[in-house]
Amino acid sequence: MDYFLQQLINGVTLGSIYGLIAIGYTMVYGIIGMINFAHGDIFMVGSFLALIMVVAFGVTAAMPLTLLILVLLGILVVAMVLTSVWGWTVERLAYRPLRGSFRLAPLITAIGMSITLQNFVQLSQGARNKPVQPLISGGFTLMGGDGSDGSFVVQLSYLQILIIVVTTVLMIGFTMLINKTSLGRAQRACEQDRKMASLIGVNVDRTISLTFVMGAALAAVAGLMFLLYYGVIDFYIGFLAGVKAFTAAVLGGIGSLPGAMLGGLLIGLIETFWSGYFSVEYKDVAAFSILAIVLIFLPEGLLGKPEVEKV
Amino acid sequence: MSDLVSESRLKASFKDSGIAALITLALSFMLIGMRTEISIGGLAVDYRWAAVAITVVVVFAGRMLLNMYVWRPETPRTVTFRTVLLGLSILAALVIFYLVDRFLGAVAGLSPARAIESNDWLWILLLLALAVVAAIVATALLGLAEKRAAPTGPGAAASIKAGLAPLGKWLPLALGLLAVAVPFILIEWLGSRGSRQYLDLAILVLTYIMLGWGLNIVVGLAGLLDLGYVAFYAVGAYSFALLSQYFGLGFWMCLPLAGILAACWGMILGYPVLRLRGDYLAIVTLAFGEIIRVILLNWYDFTGGPDGISGIPRPTLFGIEFDRGDDGFAALFGLQYSSIHRIIFLYYVILAMALVTNFVTMRLRRLPVGRAWEALREDEIACRSLGINTTNTKLSAFATGAMFGGFAGSFFATRQGFISPESFTFIESAVILAIVVLGGLGSQIGVVIAAVVMIGGFEFFRDLQEYRMLVFGLLMVIIMVWKPRGLISTRKPTIGLKRRTGISADMVQEGQG
Amino acid sequence: MTRWKENPVLTVEHLTMRFGGLVAVDDLSFDIGRGDITALIGPNGAGKTTVFNCVTGFYKPTEGRLTVRHSSGDSYLLERMPDFEISRDARVARTFQNIRLFGGMTVLENLMVAQHNPLMSASAMSFAGIFGLGRFRRAERRAVEHASYWLDKIDLVERADDPAADLPYGDQRRLEIARAMCTGPQVLCLDEPAAGLNPRESAELNALLMYIRKEHDTSVVLIEHDMSVVMEISDHVIVLDYGEKIADGTPDAVKSDPKVIAAYLGVADEEVELVEEEVGL
Ligand SMILES: Nc1ncnc2c1ncn2[C@@H]1O[C@H](COP(=O)(O)OP(=O)(O)OP(=O)(O)O)[C@@H](O)[C@H]1O
Ligand SMILES: [Mg+2]
Repeated sequence: MDYFLQQLINGVTLGSIYGLIAIGYTMVYGIIGMINFAHGDIFMVGSFLALIMVVAFGVTAAMPLTLLILVLLGILVVAMVLTSVWGWTVERLAYRPLRGSFRLAPLITAIGMSITLQNFVQLSQGARNKPVQPLISGGFTLMGGDGSDGSFVVQLSYLQILIIVVTTVLMIGFTMLINKTSLGRAQRACEQDRKMASLIGVNVDRTISLTFVMGAALAAVAGLMFLLYYGVIDFYIGFLAGVKAFTAAVLGGIGSLPGAMLGGLLIGLIETFWSGYFSVEYKDVAAFSILAIVLIFLPEGLLGKPEVEKV
Repeated sequence: MSDLVSESRLKASFKDSGIAALITLALSFMLIGMRTEISIGGLAVDYRWAAVAITVVVVFAGRMLLNMYVWRPETPRTVTFRTVLLGLSILAALVIFYLVDRFLGAVAGLSPARAIESNDWLWILLLLALAVVAAIVATALLGLAEKRAAPTGPGAAASIKAGLAPLGKWLPLALGLLAVAVPFILIEWLGSRGSRQYLDLAILVLTYIMLGWGLNIVVGLAGLLDLGYVAFYAVGAYSFALLSQYFGLGFWMCLPLAGILAACWGMILGYPVLRLRGDYLAIVTLAFGEIIRVILLNWYDFTGGPDGISGIPRPTLFGIEFDRGDDGFAALFGLQYSSIHRIIFLYYVILAMALVTNFVTMRLRRLPVGRAWEALREDEIACRSLGINTTNTKLSAFATGAMFGGFAGSFFATRQGFISPESFTFIESAVILAIVVLGGLGSQIGVVIAAVVMIGGFEFFRDLQEYRMLVFGLLMVIIMVWKPRGLISTRKPTIGLKRRTGISADMVQEGQG
Repeated sequence: MTRWKENPVLTVEHLTMRFGGLVAVDDLSFDIGRGDITALIGPNGAGKTTVFNCVTGFYKPTEGRLTVRHSSGDSYLLERMPDFEISRDARVARTFQNIRLFGGMTVLENLMVAQHNPLMSASAMSFAGIFGLGRFRRAERRAVEHASYWLDKIDLVERADDPAADLPYGDQRRLEIARAMCTGPQVLCLDEPAAGLNPRESAELNALLMYIRKEHDTSVVLIEHDMSVVMEISDHVIVLDYGEKIADGTPDAVKSDPKVIAAYLGVADEEVELVEEEVGL
């Protein structure tokens, strides 16, 4: 039971990170119907930007707590902004010229961009692992006292709380943004029918750019969280995280924001529980197999709109 | 009047380039300008503002020149064209960078790569100025060429096409003959030692051509997007390696078995997922590719895990080994022993395998099953209304593609003599898919061209090490933006009542699966 | 009067199709006579295409029974069969309201794809084909002849080697019919074949359908909005409105049916009786 609870906490934390990345995939897929393969690498860029700032500003756990939080917040904002510029640029260079073209072309440019970004970061920042000292330590002990009696200790760290809270807040804010603002309306209009939307005065190019910008900003948040949670990154983290997050988006029903979040949580939980109870090595296999099984029985994902085959 | 025009153009160009420079600054000032290095007591930042400044200046100057001299308003350019030009100029800059690095570096001991590391300002500026100028010249020439081609009109274009038609007919044959002659040409020209490296490259390119042809059946003909093709390559390689390890079977024995096993895997994996449409199929195939790799990596007792399998037997020529022994190839044919014999033999093996793949694919295209694949790509619902069992048709495409992947895999194993899961990562699938798409979906000759350009070019820049993957990625983007339907995009009909003229790509569907 | 009940090629009994809450077809029964041209008419959204989709297996009907009886005596229960078997075994072919040709393939290739199943068995699962055995080559030659026959009938021999997407609209409509005919159907379902045709093309289409009925063992069911076409060529008319059958009979009988008039003029249900009174029923 205690062990279960611990895995649950860890799984939700990991799932939050996946969910944040998955939103970028799901939004882009929703609006232009392409798998933005480079999104995982945008997340990696975000993570690196956060890392550079953490190192440059000399952020350590020794700082006074309020200052630490303020600095991290500042880093978060700057990372979000700069990562957004990356997201925007990728869209502008590699996808916009192919708008309305053949479906596989942007997929290939996306893979090309993914390779480019990975190798750009590898070149400019080096191929080695980049470790940072834990910045936020400590937490609540939920169960099992101090562990001296040999029972299992269930820990909920401050960092985990931070990650879960930030994710939840962002999710709520984001859903409101999509549902309430004119930008959200424009987005949904483009999703339905891009040509029609442009005819009634929606600036389609701008809307699509903004979608990429928002996705990249959320990926930057995930990047910082990832850095704080794992304490080490390299130029390759984008691939696996990206594949998992895309899996999450598909699992939740691609195109659906709550679906992306749910999918992220599920993938996070499956992974941690599988590692916790069975084997760490096969955790990816578990996540992917569950994806395949879900899709076979529920082809539109958990929360996706069923696709009607109009004949 | 013209002063006014050029002044306003100067202003507009200045503004545009300024924006581009600002964006570049935002993109690069941290990632390039602040390099995190491991030092005592954790990470430290190594500031390299020079590199940032150079990047920004290059982008500004490049864009400025492009704005002023290439993207003239009187020759309006499409977004596509602009992007291609931009990409080309970046590429030209990189090539120049590389050439100077390599040749001047060797002669004068001056290396820009080292210069960047040591922040040698002047040098870098000089080099980059050079690169920019070259890039501009290249793009201007390109623009000029296009302008000159433009006024000739459609009639001329058609006549050029008509003139090229017989070329299209003879090109495959010429290429085939060239491929057969390659080892002799190389040895004649470079001697057996010097040609080894190029023969190895030729073998590699042929392997990718074969893989591209195999995947072309799935993606190009049947329109099913498979992102995990490398799984079948892996199945083929491991089938052979394991069969030889546990049962001592040889290459020729295992080759068909590996193909059959890969085809079976294709069907087992394909059956549940082929009902999925489009991108779902893509992600599930990607997932399967990863699953197979993870299993190979972790099933230590059976597959050797990350250590892989070594000592895989080499192929024999009707039982004759390519070794120094008395009954080895050299001894039996009265030749001086040379390790190049085996390389040449391997070259012909893969050439034959690739040609068989091509032959079978071309034949299948003209059979009902091949036509059903293409019809499936065009319109699945119409296929069902004509009594075609779409599940079986998709499965047959998947299995046929997988089988060729398996053959190529077992060749890979026998060539390397050693395999490990590292050779079967997603990037491999991506490269094969890129070859198929860049070459032009469904086009056999397109795959050849794309494989030669991508793999050959990639290996050619071997000394560039870290830069070459970057160039590879950029190249993928640029070619795609330039020719979204691939290099060769006309479809040749499978049957004709009176004639068979190519069908332009805008009519051909790409499939939903 | 009910000639089609005597020897029906297709019998639909209590067909119901629901999409969530929407009842697109509601307890519909009718017979299609062998050798007849039967028209299925009704206002937009009446459920005509849905009936076709149920008959050809693209939708699984919520309820109902669909039977095809071949002239050889074999019969098939369509609601149990997957779509491709309905075409292959029960021999029901169809066209689509929004044309579905293989646009990137030539006109001839389109007709060859339609002969997939006989060619497939002749190529012995492709193996005979790969080695170019005579059996397959003979079968292929026959298939090309068959295709040429239909190309001749739809007047497209000259364009046999052009991509289907290149054809003008009217030719595409006819090509789709020829493609369906190449499967050798017992029942041919045409979804609005005359939509978008000019009067000359429309007349050609009528001639083609009459020819099919006369020369082939194929019964034609067509959905049509153009009343002049319906009245001119059909032997039997079935009228749908809101998924229900409101009339079923010869063209003349249906033409004067007040319910049909009301449905087409868009009169609400309660008023139908009023209209009926006015017309004197
Ligand atoms: N796959 C589906 N899912 C949900 N509703 C459907 C589906 N197919 C058809 N419908 C609904 O069923 C009703 C009947 O549609 P149908 O296409 O059969 O009409 P129709 O008689 O062919 O009209 P038209 O003359 O416009 O072609 C419509 O309200 C339509 O929206
Ligand atoms: Mg309809």
